[in-house]
Amino acid sequence: MFTYILYGLAGTGLAMSFFKDRNKTKMALKKAWKSFENILPQFLSILIIIGLALAILSPETITNLLGMRSGIWGVLGAALIGSITLIPGFVAFPLAAALLKNGAGYMQIAAFVSTLMMVGIVTLPLEIKTFGKRATIIRNISAFVFSMIAAFVIGVVL
Amino acid sequence: MKAFLKRYRVFLLLIIINIVIGFALPDIGLKSISITKQNFIEMISVIPPIFILLGLLDVWVDRATMMKYTGKGSGLKGILIAFLLGSAAAGPLYAAFPVAGVMLKKGSSLFNVFIFIGAWSTTKIPMLTFEAASLGLTFTLTRLVLSIIGILIIAVTTEKALNKDQQKKIYELNQ
Repeated sequence: MFTYILYGLAGTGLAMSFFKDRNKTKMALKKAWKSFENILPQFLSILIIIGLALAILSPETITNLLGMRSGIWGVLGAALIGSITLIPGFVAFPLAAALLKNGAGYMQIAAFVSTLMMVGIVTLPLEIKTFGKRATIIRNISAFVFSMIAAFVIGVVL
Repeated sequence: MKAFLKRYRVFLLLIIINIVIGFALPDIGLKSISITKQNFIEMISVIPPIFILLGLLDVWVDRATMMKYTGKGSGLKGILIAFLLGSAAAGPLYAAFPVAGVMLKKGSSLFNVFIFIGAWSTTKIPMLTFEAASLGLTFTLTRLVLSIIGILIIAVTTEKALNKDQQKKIYELNQ
């Protein structure tokens, strides 16, 4: 649904741009392709790594790893799995819901969801391309620490 | 050809690894291929509009405008714009990095770009609705409030950890 809105926006933008200035529109499309081609090698590599990681670390395996375990080790394990894996939201949230059913606590789930979204170990090379090594590492470490704190707060609140 | 091989060497190596795994452990090999295929379709369907919008942003929004709204000294307004831009996005976080690159090129402040990245990573509106449906409203809202605070803290921490020189280098990376 949201993807359609995005396509609508891009389409309208392109049409308006084309109406105003053909050359600039051509340039915009060239830029779009160039930026995409620039990340394409990493993009393709990331897809394969995710495929392999999720084949080995299947939802069942993750459930087994985290479902039973609780406490600080469970939180840390959940945060680590979330940092390493890169799961699209439409898979991640039902997985998180299944984890809850299988005995994981809110604290572990919050750590998993939060690092999954904010920390990206597989995508580090792409992030470094834009932000350089130092900023990338600092951002990811702060995001990891924040996710742990958020997990504890959620564990206390819920 | 040589340049192509060099750029795509990691990707090609991964394909070989995947094939080897496929022969050694057919279950995992086949499963990984089907997951990769599914992810590829998913990603390739969200990515084109993001990059088209990125191209339009690059061509139509001039440096002065971007600086005025999200540059240094844009204050609360700049933070809000960066936040809304990130939240209105769709797609994986790594698609946000090239967009962040264009923002930097046009003179957005580093702090605001980190806010944008933070918002893109956790407060995307379609994701939030999905999270609420799977994990409940209380969980989602609590996490949202914490995330907003967290995004600000992470942006401050990251920006403060870089000295003038290091900040300049990041801008140079995106010229």
